[in-house]
Amino acid sequence: MAKVPVQFTLNGSEKAEFVESGATLLHALRDKIGDTSPKGGCHQGTCGACSVIIDGELRLSCLTLAETCNGAAITTTAGLAEGGVLHPLQRAFLDAFATQCGFCTPGMIMAAKVLLDRTPNPSREDVVEALSGNICRCTGYEPIIQAVLTAARANSQNAA
Amino acid sequence: MELRKDYFADVRKDGLHEIGQGRPRLDSPGHVTGKTAYFADRNFPGMLHLKMVRSPHHHARIRSIDTSQAEKHPGVVKVLTANDVPHNVYTILILIQIGPEDETVLADGKVRWKGEAVVAVLAETERAAQEAAAKVKVDYEVLPAVFDMEEALKPGAPLVNEYHGQNYYLYDSGECRKVRFGNVEAGFAGADHILEQSYQSSPIEHAPTETTGCVVTPEGNDRFTCYTNTQAMFFTLDNTSIILQMPGSKLHFVGGTVGGGFGGKVDVIVEPIAILAAKLTGRPVCFIYSREEEMQISSPRAAEKVVIKDGLMKDGRIVARKVTGYTDAGAYSRHSPYGAQKGAAHYPGPYTIPNVWIDTYCVYTNRTPSSAMRGFGVTIGDFALEVQMDKLARLIGMDPLEFRFINAYRDGDMKAHRQPTEGAALIECMQEASRAANWPVAEKYMAMSSYRKEA
Repeated sequence: MAKVPVQFTLNGSEKAEFVESGATLLHALRDKIGDTSPKGGCHQGTCGACSVIIDGELRLSCLTLAETCNGAAITTTAGLAEGGVLHPLQRAFLDAFATQCGFCTPGMIMAAKVLLDRTPNPSREDVVEALSGNICRCTGYEPIIQAVLTAARANSQNAA
Repeated sequence: MELRKDYFADVRKDGLHEIGQGRPRLDSPGHVTGKTAYFADRNFPGMLHLKMVRSPHHHARIRSIDTSQAEKHPGVVKVLTANDVPHNVYTILILIQIGPEDETVLADGKVRWKGEAVVAVLAETERAAQEAAAKVKVDYEVLPAVFDMEEALKPGAPLVNEYHGQNYYLYDSGECRKVRFGNVEAGFAGADHILEQSYQSSPIEHAPTETTGCVVTPEGNDRFTCYTNTQAMFFTLDNTSIILQMPGSKLHFVGGTVGGGFGGKVDVIVEPIAILAAKLTGRPVCFIYSREEEMQISSPRAAEKVVIKDGLMKDGRIVARKVTGYTDAGAYSRHSPYGAQKGAAHYPGPYTIPNVWIDTYCVYTNRTPSSAMRGFGVTIGDFALEVQMDKLARLIGMDPLEFRFINAYRDGDMKAHRQPTEGAALIECMQEASRAANWPVAEKYMAMSSYRKEA
């Protein structure tokens, strides 16, 4: 299988790898680079557990070819906490019991981050829409929705 | 959250300082930062990928298996068949003396359900393993299959599992689990009304977000570390020890982090074959179900059929209950004999009925083996029982909640299993439910208590 070089920034750090042509970004992040925060739940674009942010857009890393990410800026849940301080979304998920088994949590947090980056004061419907591509099988969606709304309120209080 | 400490204040110790307070879960900081290590987050150099060749038939004799083309496929390291497994026939609950051993790790001579594991292929990459698995040739002689429990119990039905000799589990109480209390026929004879209804359910898949699997690495000295998402660590350790004929001291299981399970990860399916593969190749091995396998191959909740016959008086008392329950185990036992047994204990419901007769069968069919799932054996039973209760109330024109107050068991009542009721709180739960749901009941029911029998 032909190997192709790919360079991108991951959570602000430069990464350069040779990947097999056709390999997914999920595989490159988890098995080559060692960022295992995106999870492989279905490998077919339906569960959302592998969600990452590429150049500001929410993307499913199981459906994104690694070789198409040249020059991109990629953010994963592993890169959200700064200086050991949790991101407001991480804090809210922790406080609101919005994680149970935790497998869907990194993908949920990525989807929520893209929403709050664009819509700092979302309605409940906005949150439901933004998380609609992410499947949770144990926590139930209500604590997750409440956590995102709580994080949004914390953000707007900081801004004010 | 409101905590009601006034109930049974005179009989219980009041040490409930934790209830009603928030406590952070120890694992949630790892979850929100993406640092929690699930089994598949371990990656070892030189790790092999295991893919299973599975039966395309529900019931077939295996005439021959030809692995020669698969072995020649680029990247393939080893191909395993039943001959490679030291103790190939097992059953999970043998550890608590529930037998016989009735399931093969890799099929030997016969397959009994569509999806049964036949040959394991180990290769350098997942893709090579998949391609090679497609090259394994298995010659099958298709046999008649049975998919319906009542058909399976009829004389002359195809025999699903020779290790049982008949299409039901043989309990020490006979062909079914039985409860006998009072005289059910006399109860029916004296009843004002009789209502018999059947209820049935389909298999249900747990669909955990993380699929079933494990990663095994050889540690030298013939010891192996298995990172797994099993929900049953010691069942897995002990059954693996039996299947591989290796002392438990050679096996180090690392688990406790499970990406959703709901009972779907209590079977011992992936670990023994992955450890055997690591032992025979000397290399790390990962065996992970694809999403398709998780949905089609992993054990579902059993399909059940429940026939309930109740004798009822005009004043609302249930005087007789006869229940026949059927649990579809699929082709192998796994946890289903236990599920059927739980049903037998459960079918009287939380009600005081003087005459009870219950039979529950664990039936073998050529369907996917069923196993544990969230209250298996009693969940469908509860659905059936409570629908039946609503129908009984409607039959005599009584409010369905008041009807349950009349029949609810209370402290001191004798249960059908001849165990006196202690610590009941059903009356109090229903009183709270009546208030919370704004479903008023007559004052005399609000004055009742599970503890004192005044009404």
